[in-house]
Amino acid sequence: MYAYDQYDRQIISQRVAQYRDQTERYLAGKITEEQFLPLRLQNGLYVQRLAPMLRIAVPYGTLNSQQLRKLAFITREYDKGYAHISTRQNVQLNWPKLEEVPDILEHLAEVEMHSIQTSGNCIRNVTADQFSGVAADEVEDARPWCEIIRQWSTFHPEFAFLPRKFKIAVCGSEQDRAAVLVHDIGLQIVKDESGNTAFKVIVGGGLGRTPVIGSVIHEALPPRHLLSYLEAIVRVYNQLGRRDNKFKARIKILVRAMGADAFKAKVEEEWAFIKDGNLDLPDEEIARAQSFFTRPDYEALENEDLQALALENVDFARWLNHNVHAHKQRGYAIATLSLKTTGVAPGDITAEQFEAVADLAEEFGFGEIRSTHQQNLVLPDIQQRQLFALWQKLVSLELASPTVGTMNDIICCPGGDFCSLANAKSIPIAEAIQRRFDDLDYLYDLGDIELNISGCMNACGHHHIGNIGILGVDKKGQEFYQVSLGGQQGLNASLGKILGPSFAQDEIPDVVEKILNCYLEKRHPEERFIDTYERIGLAPFKERVYA
Amino acid sequence: MPKIIKNGQVVDDNWQVWRDAETLPSTDHVIVPLALWQQQRDALLALGEIAVYLASDESPKSLSDDDLSALSFVAVDFPKFMDGRGFSYARELREQRQYQGEIRAVGDFIRDQLFYMKRCGFSSYALPSDELEAALASLNDFSESYQPGVDQPLPLFRRRQA
Repeated sequence: MYAYDQYDRQIISQRVAQYRDQTERYLAGKITEEQFLPLRLQNGLYVQRLAPMLRIAVPYGTLNSQQLRKLAFITREYDKGYAHISTRQNVQLNWPKLEEVPDILEHLAEVEMHSIQTSGNCIRNVTADQFSGVAADEVEDARPWCEIIRQWSTFHPEFAFLPRKFKIAVCGSEQDRAAVLVHDIGLQIVKDESGNTAFKVIVGGGLGRTPVIGSVIHEALPPRHLLSYLEAIVRVYNQLGRRDNKFKARIKILVRAMGADAFKAKVEEEWAFIKDGNLDLPDEEIARAQSFFTRPDYEALENEDLQALALENVDFARWLNHNVHAHKQRGYAIATLSLKTTGVAPGDITAEQFEAVADLAEEFGFGEIRSTHQQNLVLPDIQQRQLFALWQKLVSLELASPTVGTMNDIICCPGGDFCSLANAKSIPIAEAIQRRFDDLDYLYDLGDIELNISGCMNACGHHHIGNIGILGVDKKGQEFYQVSLGGQQGLNASLGKILGPSFAQDEIPDVVEKILNCYLEKRHPEERFIDTYERIGLAPFKERVYA
Repeated sequence: MPKIIKNGQVVDDNWQVWRDAETLPSTDHVIVPLALWQQQRDALLALGEIAVYLASDESPKSLSDDDLSALSFVAVDFPKFMDGRGFSYARELREQRQYQGEIRAVGDFIRDQLFYMKRCGFSSYALPSDELEAALASLNDFSESYQPGVDQPLPLFRRRQA
């Protein structure tokens, strides 16, 4: 993974000093509440319902064992011994003290971590496919490009006070695991006719209260133009994006109002000034970025036949089927560590688990860990012959729930239990669903279903792109839940349609059961939930639920 | 006399922002709205030294090269410190128009923005604060930057030494 040099280290340590000074001036009453707000947000610090929340950046979801141990230390020393993996691959602390944040940053800087631009109206931490570099279906590793974008966007002087937050995602595989169609900018790595790398540039996608699928404004951008093109897009947005209404300030509203073609024309006009200028990426810089993401020292192995082991042990077989993915290197596999154990808030992880995972990453892999937007962790380089041994250890750590990709692999925001924006709680809904549908054979029979829960319109739980989406709404001061069907992520991304009037909290498991029963009755053999939905539409589900 | 930050120092300054777009001021050393400049250019120049401020929805494209050479300097107004359009305007003046004169930040902004403003090409700051000396430190929050800027046109990746 990327390693800091003296420049990166200096920038991060000056950041700690800067933020310490800002915090001291705030506590001394020299910065007003209103002025401090963007300063702390651009450092990932929210003031929440019960305590501040600190969002620590995990650039493109890549972590190492040393960093996990430091996170464990920080959660014990400055928090309550656990943290949360967010839907943007970041790590969140729920109970830090505002005055201790500078100290936390200092600890983070020791392991090349920070919380820069994890919130606020700026370019946020760039996200990527969690399987970058190891996925069997990879076109090209997204991580070097993410690192190039990370550096360009970090403390960008022109884009720290944009109309609204700005999120960039990069996907380098055939299957999109980075949700590039629903980001402010999505970059899909493609190969041109001669096999050269290029970027399909998608702008103006997003979830939130106005969900939009992004528009392609460049089919194949040559890599050397990557930064100048991004700069032109954000420059146009900075000047023309709406600032009169917070809910209409995202780039998706601008692109829709102008039309994608007119927006593109404006970008190209701006681009003409900076194209072929200093932002042009020289081959040496691309090679430098790529040099940090070379293939680790894989052993020459054959693929293992794990059938016999699986037949002997049904629990292992279940885990193997659902939590293990194909690796590009023969004899290796990718293991997803589920943070969706029933009874634990989706995405939550304890200090002990952090440390144990750090050890496992070193024992079984190359000391690298990924965080995912599905709120799980990944060990990317596991020898197939060691999967059984790894699984046994994960079971004792409660990280082996064999439900990855099933309905119980719920994406869920922290919701009303923590977040001051939320209209309703989301964690208890996730738990009630996991408890109702705890029969694994039933879950497996349902096949791939994504169920996503957001506690409010801001859609941190990505409810619009869940096959089943649940949104917390406020109805006369009461917490209610609106259900939508038919959303999906990936390159065929689509937005769910609202089923009908909302439900009380205790009705949700029954509602979900009725939806599933309808699917089970109507489905063709081997047909996924989303395909059945697309074939028969919303009406049969609606009839069943509201009958 | 009021003080501003200019070229990295706290200095006396006798320029005033004139926000009335309809009426001519009676003296020079005023920073006038773009609209007044466009309507009363000759009358304004007859007063003496004049500057124009760009409101946050007024791009520098509204100023001709001729305007730029007739004006004593260009100011960019921040109606609210969260409105970051002015950062792009300053860069455009420097990098696309090759404007060499003074670019002044006026209106509502805070010292914690000075480093970014400097990188975007601002050279003076009518910072609404009575602690200007202390604020000078914020001009130098960082000694290195990744991106190109007006202060350092080469991105770090073109200067980096292993």
